[in-house]
Amino acid sequence: MSADSDGRGLLGPYLSAGTSSFTDFLAAAAPELLPHAVGAAAAASPASGGPAPFARDLPHGTTIVAAQCEGGVVMAGDRRATAGNMISQRDIDKVFRSDEFSGIGFAGVAGVGFELVRLFQVELEHYEKLEGHALSLEGKANRLASFVRGNIGGAMQGLVVVPLFCGYDEDSGAGRIFSYDVAGGFYEEHRFHAIGSGSVFARGALKKLYADGMPVTDTILACMQALYDAADDDSATGGPDVTRRLYPVVATITADGFERLADEAAGEYARTVIEGRMAEPDGPLAPLRTAGTGNGAGNVLPPG
Amino acid sequence: MPFYVSPEQSMKDKADYARKAISRIRSGVVIACDAGILFIAPNPSRALRKFSEIYDRIAFAAVGRYNEFEVLRKAGVRYADVTGFQYDRQDVTARGLANYYAQVLGTFFTDSPKPYEVELVVAEVGKTADDDQIYRITFDGSVADERGFVVIGGQADQVAAVLKDQYSDGMTLAEAFTVAIAALGGPVKAEGESGGGRSEITAAQLEVALLDRGRAHRAFRRLTGTRLESLLTEAITGSKTEAITEASAGQDSGENGDGAGDAGDAGTSGTPGGTK
Repeated sequence: MSADSDGRGLLGPYLSAGTSSFTDFLAAAAPELLPHAVGAAAAASPASGGPAPFARDLPHGTTIVAAQCEGGVVMAGDRRATAGNMISQRDIDKVFRSDEFSGIGFAGVAGVGFELVRLFQVELEHYEKLEGHALSLEGKANRLASFVRGNIGGAMQGLVVVPLFCGYDEDSGAGRIFSYDVAGGFYEEHRFHAIGSGSVFARGALKKLYADGMPVTDTILACMQALYDAADDDSATGGPDVTRRLYPVVATITADGFERLADEAAGEYARTVIEGRMAEPDGPLAPLRTAGTGNGAGNVLPPG
Repeated sequence: MPFYVSPEQSMKDKADYARKAISRIRSGVVIACDAGILFIAPNPSRALRKFSEIYDRIAFAAVGRYNEFEVLRKAGVRYADVTGFQYDRQDVTARGLANYYAQVLGTFFTDSPKPYEVELVVAEVGKTADDDQIYRITFDGSVADERGFVVIGGQADQVAAVLKDQYSDGMTLAEAFTVAIAALGGPVKAEGESGGGRSEITAAQLEVALLDRGRAHRAFRRLTGTRLESLLTEAITGSKTEAITEASAGQDSGENGDGAGDAGDAGTSGTPGGTK
């Protein structure tokens, strides 16, 4: 190795044998680019109980749902960002492709969320280019957890972001869902999950609509119904905007990889939901009693 | 160690050392075609790669000492990812990367007792063939802007001479592959022989990659398996009749060029670009 007197910034960390992690590399080469720097500085000042007032007025993104389907997983997110009581954006994207076989959505402060997604995308690609093969799905989920953990300083100041991570597992041929908490814990979810302010309503809806092993099309429809219900009861979640043709972002992650539904296709599903709601505003009615034998083995009928 | 060595002598010694080392290794070819930019080199190893992805439409090719160019490859990936993250993905360019490598290699050449025994190519596939960029960076940090094709390492002059005859703009992938295989296989066997004696190249002995012009997001992909086999079959069967002409061309340049330590550049291209 040469003695680079003034070339430290240019050469030093770039040429080390070092790490295949992009964030670890940034910490060595360009720490000012890391979002953690913000969180760490903010955490140094004492927090006075609730989130700082300025954080409340930053745009927040809301509801994301994910549901396992036949041969993969579906992710969907609404398009609204709110800042306090104002709608700050009508067409925000909160569901992103993180790599060929995985997707990430976030709820919380939009600015921090975008940074998290962007950093995560580069982290995954960087590892793959340096090592010659992609991380395992668990490896990706774990890495994301450490990102969330790194933001805990910011979170304590009110800059909370929580992701939802989904991927297609090539070994098992199934879709998998991982949820996170602000402390950086991550948990594998089964069947379906939702995050964000409207998640309570979305999860309630999916409880009644979801069936195991549904084809992709039915799963997308179920997610659309769930987001509609979330928008119905949560002011921070946006429903389909037919006048502006703004529909939830829907993505499928299967053996064919991550595919975002085109706007027209998403619009078709949204129209199906809305037409049904014209007749039944609260959505498809779930049967009160389970059909079949009386042992309550739980055969849920498909939505009527 | 001598008490004093003149800078000229020191530089000349280092340059000779590097050139000799690079001329002993097998050549690699980077060639543009309608489908994108094709990379071909003999490489029996399946773990150690000469061609790699750097960024969306940018690839890296190197010959020489593996551990040395591996360091440069990783540095290039890091440079590209940091730039793309700091600004935007479209702000990462082959030109920027080539300049970066030029600085690194130039610094090494001057400061280090032993220069890096490597020769690099950084290539970026454009929307159209006119926008393709190919840069060759030598062990001392010189950058050359190439058009059409470039040969690195080994008896680059001879290989390039064959390519220069046969290359034309707008070739298909199969045509470019055939021409490159012929150029790589021909001169080596043609010394003192005429009419063939070409060694049978198999897919397992080749490393082939393509910057695919039409591919969205990440253009780099390796050509392996049946795809490579069919290209190779087409190349061999298609060019058997040309073996005689090539063998005689190889014979001529085989007399002019020398094995190791020739005075000219280690690599040459079809169209000489500005060499800094």
